[in-house]
Amino acid sequence: MTAKGPSQATAPEYSAMVRRAKLRLLQMHYESGVGHIGGNLSAIDALLHLHHRVMGPNDRFVLSKGHAAGALYVTLWTTGELGEEQLETFHRDGTRLAGHPVPGWTPGIRVATGSLGHGVSFGAGMALARRLRGEPGQIYCLTSDGEWQEGSTWEALTFANHQRLHNLTIVVDVNGLQGFGTTSEVASLDDVAERVRAFGATVTEIDGHDPSALAAALPATAGGLNVVLLRTHKGNGVSFMQDRMEWHYLPLTDELYARAIEELGGA
Amino acid sequence: MRNFACRRWVELSSQRELVFLTGDLGFNALEPLAEALGERFINAGVAEQNMVTVAAGLCAEGMSPWVYSIAPFCYARAYEQIRNDVCLHKLPVKLVGNGGGYGYGVMGGSHHALEDYGVLLALPHLRAFVPAFRTDVGPAVDRMAAARCPGYLRLGRCEWGEQTEPPEYAPWRHLLAGDGPVCVAVGPLAGSLVRAAEALPKSERPDVWVVAELPIDVPTLPDELVHALRRTGSLCVAEEHVARGSVGRALVAALASEGIVIGRFAHVHARGYPSGTYGSQRFHRRQSGLDPSSLLEQCRSLGARA
Repeated sequence: MTAKGPSQATAPEYSAMVRRAKLRLLQMHYESGVGHIGGNLSAIDALLHLHHRVMGPNDRFVLSKGHAAGALYVTLWTTGELGEEQLETFHRDGTRLAGHPVPGWTPGIRVATGSLGHGVSFGAGMALARRLRGEPGQIYCLTSDGEWQEGSTWEALTFANHQRLHNLTIVVDVNGLQGFGTTSEVASLDDVAERVRAFGATVTEIDGHDPSALAAALPATAGGLNVVLLRTHKGNGVSFMQDRMEWHYLPLTDELYARAIEELGGA
Repeated sequence: MRNFACRRWVELSSQRELVFLTGDLGFNALEPLAEALGERFINAGVAEQNMVTVAAGLCAEGMSPWVYSIAPFCYARAYEQIRNDVCLHKLPVKLVGNGGGYGYGVMGGSHHALEDYGVLLALPHLRAFVPAFRTDVGPAVDRMAAARCPGYLRLGRCEWGEQTEPPEYAPWRHLLAGDGPVCVAVGPLAGSLVRAAEALPKSERPDVWVVAELPIDVPTLPDELVHALRRTGSLCVAEEHVARGSVGRALVAALASEGIVIGRFAHVHARGYPSGTYGSQRFHRRQSGLDPSSLLEQCRSLGARA
């Protein structure tokens, strides 16, 4: 099973599911003592939206920012594809839920990633295959903003635009922070929207944590190759993590975990 | 060999899943294929990393993609894409590198492929095909197409004479009987070696073999070759590839694991650019001792030490 197709959940039911997912994500990272939580919290709203409210059985999802694997695992837990017992293996010996997605074990993870700058090309290949065979379905690819420093991402954008792969939607988690600085300090990436637009794509910019903005932007209905830039916050929803670079890496202590749970509306 | 490959791809073009991606190469050679495939022939432009991963995406959705470029642009530029997106996913993407070894001659080191199958065979699942003769290309393409694993095709130039047909394709072939040491050549240079060696009497020439599929796999070694090696204990391996990751080293290790000890071993391999000067493929082979007369001399001295 991949996505369940557009969810029939009411707004309150959906919000409750989102809250549960974020708490489970936090718990997973706390119990395994691993970092990368910041970039998971910036991406999870979009992941949940795509899997619950956008994608149907013919669609595919590619997580180009493989370091948001935890958010993808939790998303697949909310759709019922992964069980609680599988989440409990996260980062442990013998797991399939590695720090970055590994291939060949569940339909919701068709593409293994982790090295940045691969996902858009992979998604473009999938989209091209669909077009050559006249098959329906949309390919969604979620990238980080930092990986727009990889030349291969621009190669992929050039290709996807030239091939008119309108069955590919690229979603960018623009949290503005990367491994060792802001995207502005490291690569003057403040104008990523203009750069992407200059390659011929149709660019939409939205608040990546606002459910109604996500609903308006995805699925993308504008013509052409759609790139949706999500303005997000690393560590979104947890005050001591939000927009702080160190939460690209840091694990949670007992005290901070308790605070984070409280802030995300947990017990 | 490229034209023979093109001919075979054209013959296969009716297979609806076949997609051919080129990194902006193939002028004056691949036009018939472009014509035959229509929208399934894609010039992916000068962007090899994207091209390889696009092929992986196509393959993941059930297509059979072939990826073509000058050899180093195919395997070296896009190595991480081959590693992560093709091999770790065990996708049967077919990579084609034109100009194996020093094939691009005086074009310089950027265009040479001296470590291609070594680095690629370090990756999981991949098989490499090094057709030796013009008539090998069709069967090698067919075997790659049928394999459910990633493949790499190293294309060179056929060095077998025009007067006779080359021997029928097989992964291992005994090309010329000789009383000297066993000499295994990798790919096309076997042709030049045979042409030089057959002028010698049997008593003075090596026992020449060619290998065209890698990696070296002990159970697939022909019994006749194993017997010859057990009997003589001497082996010369000639290949247009550097020593690291080479067939020579892999073969000796494989034989040793079977208890076959090679007492006298000569490995003639690509030595890069020892003089710091550049020239034709023939020039570079000579510099590495891979020209037929140097190879025969190497075999003679190996035999003399018996």
